[in-house]
Amino acid sequence: MTSGPHRRGALALLAGGAAAACTPRRDGETVLRFWAMGNEGGTVGQLMPEFERRNPGVRVAVQPLPWTAAHEKLLTAYAGDSLPDVSQIGNTWVSELTAIGALSPTPPAAADLLTDQFEAVLETNEVAGRAMTTPWYVDTRLLFYRTDLLARAGFDAPPQDWGEWKRAMHGIKRVAGGDNYAILLPLNEFEQLLTFGLQTEEPLLRDRNTRGNFSNPGFISALAFYRSLFAEGLAPLASAAQISNVWTEFARGYFSFYFSGPWSVGDFRSRLPASFQSSWATAGVPGPNGLGASAPGGSSLAVFQSSPHQEAAWALVRYLSEPAVQARFNTIVGDLPARKSAWDIAQVERDPMLAPFRGQLERAKAVPKVPEWERIVTEMQIVAERMVRGEYTPETAAAEIDRRADRLLEKRRWMMEQGRAV
Amino acid sequence: MKIRAVLLNLAVALIALIVLFPLVWMASVSFMPTGEAATFPPPLVPSRWTLEHYQDLFLNQGMGRYLWNSFALATLATLLALSFTVPAGYAFAKLKFTGRERLFQFLVAALVVPAQIGTLPLFLMLKGMGLVNTYAGALVPWLASIFGLFLVRQYALSIPDEMLEAARIDGAGEGQIFRRIVLPTLQPIIVTLGLFVFLGSWNDFLWPLIILTDQSNYTLPVALAALSREHVQDVELMMAGAVVTVAPVLILFLALQRYYIRGMLAGSVKG
Amino acid sequence: MTVADPAISAVKRSRGLAARERAAWAFVAPAMIAIGLFFALPVIAALLLSLTDFDIYALADLDNLRFVGLQNYERLMTNPLFWGAMKNTLTFAVLGVPLSIAASLAAAVILNARVVKWRPIWRVMFFAPYVTTLVATAVVWRYLLHTRYGVINWGLESIGLPAVDWLGQPSTSIPAILMFVVWKIFGYNMLIFLAVLQTVPDDLYEAARIDGAGPWKQFRHVTLPAIAPTMLLVSIISVASFFQLFAEPYVMTQGGPAQSTVTVLYFMYEEGFKWWNLGSASAVAFVLFLCILAITLVQLAVAKRVGAYQ
Repeated sequence: MTSGPHRRGALALLAGGAAAACTPRRDGETVLRFWAMGNEGGTVGQLMPEFERRNPGVRVAVQPLPWTAAHEKLLTAYAGDSLPDVSQIGNTWVSELTAIGALSPTPPAAADLLTDQFEAVLETNEVAGRAMTTPWYVDTRLLFYRTDLLARAGFDAPPQDWGEWKRAMHGIKRVAGGDNYAILLPLNEFEQLLTFGLQTEEPLLRDRNTRGNFSNPGFISALAFYRSLFAEGLAPLASAAQISNVWTEFARGYFSFYFSGPWSVGDFRSRLPASFQSSWATAGVPGPNGLGASAPGGSSLAVFQSSPHQEAAWALVRYLSEPAVQARFNTIVGDLPARKSAWDIAQVERDPMLAPFRGQLERAKAVPKVPEWERIVTEMQIVAERMVRGEYTPETAAAEIDRRADRLLEKRRWMMEQGRAV
Repeated sequence: MKIRAVLLNLAVALIALIVLFPLVWMASVSFMPTGEAATFPPPLVPSRWTLEHYQDLFLNQGMGRYLWNSFALATLATLLALSFTVPAGYAFAKLKFTGRERLFQFLVAALVVPAQIGTLPLFLMLKGMGLVNTYAGALVPWLASIFGLFLVRQYALSIPDEMLEAARIDGAGEGQIFRRIVLPTLQPIIVTLGLFVFLGSWNDFLWPLIILTDQSNYTLPVALAALSREHVQDVELMMAGAVVTVAPVLILFLALQRYYIRGMLAGSVKG
Repeated sequence: MTVADPAISAVKRSRGLAARERAAWAFVAPAMIAIGLFFALPVIAALLLSLTDFDIYALADLDNLRFVGLQNYERLMTNPLFWGAMKNTLTFAVLGVPLSIAASLAAAVILNARVVKWRPIWRVMFFAPYVTTLVATAVVWRYLLHTRYGVINWGLESIGLPAVDWLGQPSTSIPAILMFVVWKIFGYNMLIFLAVLQTVPDDLYEAARIDGAGPWKQFRHVTLPAIAPTMLLVSIISVASFFQLFAEPYVMTQGGPAQSTVTVLYFMYEEGFKWWNLGSASAVAFVLFLCILAITLVQLAVAKRVGAYQ
């Protein structure tokens, strides 16, 4: 057939897409609708035959969604009473989906699924101490970098703090030359700036999470650092949509630092030639003083209250939470398992590219758990992009983000006063 | 004069090139091997012709399903729109009934209101009726086509009253008159309106995007928009998807272009 | 038929009238019910919705719904994103209308020349992009406009001009989308212009030529006066259609870069179906409606004045 990348996608979708496309209902058969996003959506279908073998009479129809449309699709489906039975969700959406009563909380019978987990990740799945979703895979972002270019710039180890990192980037910009840059920070993604912001001591919201707290000195310094990367020509003014092919551009040296999660490990391995594999590595995120925090990310499995097949749905969650299954999924898609014992089965840490994630996950710091969070960080990024393009200074940008956050949280303040919100 | 003729013909050729290039390029790239289009300078003709992307679309991406959804929805929308608007348009043109003038004024005023305004409440209404994520929900806006009603009325005005009166004197009922006399006379405008609705429904994006939440119900444009976010880098695959989406309507238009253009000019120049 | 008693025939006629009235209502009722239920009712409901803070909390529990009067409108007026969307929409209209009208007119004038061969074929061909599926051709143009591998930049570079980051910079994203839009829609107005041009008698051109007028003078003194009323009205209609841009930015830029291609309708979609602030989204819808209404009123006033619109 065709060469690497395409074939992989095609194979993946053969399992997922085909199952979703035709859903004839045979008598007595339960069809579980399962939504999954991005790489997972493309590949999770491969795990389904085994589940269906173990659960006769249950069939899983996987529907892959693009990440950029997933959030609105879920809310539209909620509004239209057409949620699937089970869905992968970004774990920052847990509080929002809880507030609207869409989620079916973890039943006592499934409490054991919450053991053997990373503490910081588990916390993001809980609302008011109650587990609403089950961590599926964990991730957090760290640095992917070109070992060869970094070495040519005179650094034999990845940078540990912002100052050293900046020097390394300038070095790389000199070595790479031409129209190339040192780092890619897609302007439409909030995760990079959020990570810089998490390095500070202060929380990002205050007053029981009803007001923005972005104007603290720490966050302002994060904004200034972020802006300087563009101002000094180290990062291109580009959004993700313009970089049509991240991995080839990385291999071409268009940028040498890439800020991403474990899924990219799989991508870089499968999409780039073998000869290039010795030229890149991963490392923890530098902070202002030494290695810093990042947001515990990842996806969780949500069972929806509206599902008439609660039992089968939880069986699917249980199956996907099994350490052995998670280990297998790790080998398919490169996701880091949520269950710690799956790390051992899959020997995740033997992989030098994945080992730094363990440390990064330990430094992870939870983001505020309010339903409006997704929108607040979206607005944060809108303001940040404008700051980069010269419309704001870090100080005025921080004030603007606070103003927008306060407005978004107005309803929450009212609901708190009425005693309606958790 | 010769120079003028040459220049004008050259100008036409240039416009034709600009108009056709994107469509020809789309078709050409859809037959290229994976990755070929993302090179510089951009190749215009495949180095090796392949159908792999079409196979991928239909075997792996569920394109057959989307094609069927688009086809079924466009056909149903056409039938429904015609059966709702043709009798009404005729009645407004040729039958006297109390309240006709007032209703007509209401419709003229309503023509100013863009349909998108009602999108949000309509969604909530259909949610209440359990029609979200169903064909029925996707079809609802096509029932209420004021434009179609006007188009039919305009054309029906030209039916001579004497013809209808003669039939009445012969004892024909209104239903019979409509079937035997009016419908055959209106045939050209019915084809035109049908074509408008079919193409409109096939190409529609905002409403199906909102109302069809499950992939198995997606129409081609919605599926293509979703695919293009997932497969930005697979240019050739996306072009094959674009060909599958565009080709049916383009062929239909070319086959029936007389009806389309005549109706379009009637609708816009006379207003 | 025998000559009937006048009294009987009057009864018959009135019975006939009643039957005709019933038939008329039977013909009209389905369409009117559909229009009332799925068009008029939602529009009125939208007005009411815009006076509430209907959001995701209210969707979950109607007790969380508050009547907020004009607050949604007040907030819109102070929301820079909304004004950005208004500004972008106006930019689209102000650049796009003259551009598309000029393209349509140029194509129509050229196609109207008798020396051009195969005119019916060109007419249909130039119109064809108009009927293509917007989402599909937008995807095609996204690749044509690609910074590194796009055909358009390749063309620019091969004549010595620098490549442009079309969809990547706020300053070029609107012109880039407009190239696509003009390509897609110019055939529509071209057909209308052609229809009007064909009503201009050849004698007028003949007379102008005898008076020694060149092509430009002929255009200015014969073509333009003939077509001016249509042009004015077509322009105003185009403004209204530029106010409804949505799928183009959705597919090509997702509103970026830096919100430079967020249109009013796109803003409404995000407000409503991405964030589920149905209250404020409805307010956006109404502002959009008022804009289009204003344009239409201008159109009607102009039409009355010009009087050429039959």
